[in-house]
Amino acid sequence: MSVTSNSTPVALRGSANGAGTVMIAAVLLLLAVAAPFVLYPVFLMKVLCFALFACAFNLLIGFAGLLSFGHAAFFGGAAYITAHVVKVWGWAPEFGLLAAVVVAAGLGLVFGLIAIRRQGIYFAMITLALSQMVFFLALQLPFTHGEDGIQGVPRGTLFGLFDLNQPLTMYYAVLAIFVAGFALIWRTVHSPFGQVLKAIRENEPRAVSLGYRTDRYKLVAFVLSASLAGLAGGTKALVFQLASLTDVTWQMSGEVVLMTLLGGMGTLLGPVVGAGLVVTLESYLASTSLPVPVVIGCIFVVCVLVFRRGIVGEVMNYLGKNRA
Amino acid sequence: MATGTNDIILEARGLTKEFKGFVAVKEVNLQVRRGTIHALIGPNGAGKSTVFNLLTKFLTPTRGQILYKGRDITRTKPADIALMGLVRSFQISAVFPHLSVLENVRVALQRPLGTSFHFWKSEASLHDLHGRALELIEAVNLTPWANHLAAELPYGRKRALEIATTLALDPEVMLLDEPLAGMGHEDIEGTAALIKRVAADRTVLMVEHNLSVVAHLSDTITVLRRGEILAEGPYEVVSKNPQVMEAYMGTGHA
Repeated sequence: MSVTSNSTPVALRGSANGAGTVMIAAVLLLLAVAAPFVLYPVFLMKVLCFALFACAFNLLIGFAGLLSFGHAAFFGGAAYITAHVVKVWGWAPEFGLLAAVVVAAGLGLVFGLIAIRRQGIYFAMITLALSQMVFFLALQLPFTHGEDGIQGVPRGTLFGLFDLNQPLTMYYAVLAIFVAGFALIWRTVHSPFGQVLKAIRENEPRAVSLGYRTDRYKLVAFVLSASLAGLAGGTKALVFQLASLTDVTWQMSGEVVLMTLLGGMGTLLGPVVGAGLVVTLESYLASTSLPVPVVIGCIFVVCVLVFRRGIVGEVMNYLGKNRA
Repeated sequence: MATGTNDIILEARGLTKEFKGFVAVKEVNLQVRRGTIHALIGPNGAGKSTVFNLLTKFLTPTRGQILYKGRDITRTKPADIALMGLVRSFQISAVFPHLSVLENVRVALQRPLGTSFHFWKSEASLHDLHGRALELIEAVNLTPWANHLAAELPYGRKRALEIATTLALDPEVMLLDEPLAGMGHEDIEGTAALIKRVAADRTVLMVEHNLSVVAHLSDTITVLRRGEILAEGPYEVVSKNPQVMEAYMGTGHA
């Protein structure tokens, strides 16, 4: 039995098929660039916003094992911030998004500091309760305009160069934001920090016994996730030129759980697929007489019963078995 | 025997733990000498796991004091004692199931790099650790498994991986919670030999159910019953203690 010498690093799972991953990423990116010539850009932008939101949520549940049931607070809260600073204060869109990320990160820090002391269902319930407080603020504070929301948000000119009122320009800006957010998540998952996070997800007491103060790692993950959810929410406010109560409700927190589980939690592409599926179904069913929540509910039940790993999770499992 | 046998590395003084009126551990005084293998045994419900969790800070004592190298660690956090050189294992095999064997060991090795919060850095920055990780994996005979997920290992191999991960921190004191429980005879011999080997230059405190299993492995055996110390000493002395014989007679584990 010979040991692999130190000079040839042992190929790890995941990085072993690195070339394949690059190929898939390139193909997907090409498709995304070509998509607005085939499909309606606003629909695609909606998918991208929710996909980023779901990816941010997945960073927490899929890689840190934390089920947050209050992510709408970051998504919807950030949408209000962007809408307000862009419309009322006249900030440029890039600063509008920056403000959204900063506020979402701050909210995430507060939520995290309170919720991370508890685990499982208690963690979920604390995040839900805190997000309901944010919902109440969104309903009562004067700048959010209650039931009306902030309407007619100007898209403006990104970096003073790109006129976002052009649908294609807006689409490519949203695509760039999504790709940047996705890249950050990809990097985080494949980083020294990501390794510790996965160890905590797998076996927290053991991670503690190895000298890791797990609460701090979970808090960093929570703030990262909240910031990215905020980026998604701020972007959505620019796309639809609207920030409304819909995005801060607990149903929105539930919807992101659904998207992530449908697509496959703990896989990088799963939330993207899940978000695409849910958004597509919603807009398709909206023109029929079928009740949307019932249909999506049925799909969810079938998904949980038949393929618990989610769509992408099942596909990867199938491919993995064939390779072995 | 290792040098400085009279040197006490870990000590408990008057350690007591009460759970809502029930006294699980009562006035336990324990001294673990540096460089020895010390076993803590007792029948079910004797309080050995509680003592173990108190010593590793996963429980807080109601009364009493814990000293490590003369320093009071009674109020220290569990993650921090690991950094001081006191590393524990768990009764149910504690591996990270969906990480590879190599990654399991590497997680333990990466902390001293100081990049564990660096979410913007590539995982490739950890590849320098592979050499050391593979040495540790080789030491517990897991080399052919290095790229398998830990979840795929049979039970005995998981325990071996756990020891390799613990060794990665190069602890001065290894605290092993029933390292031989649930193993077949073949695995017991191999793992006992492994414990003996790794104890050559460190201190081991292990909790076990069975007196016979630890007989030839330990330098000192402490027998607990109903939360109190019943007897202490080398196997020859402890096994002839009439109270110990009586305590074990009932359960048939002598």
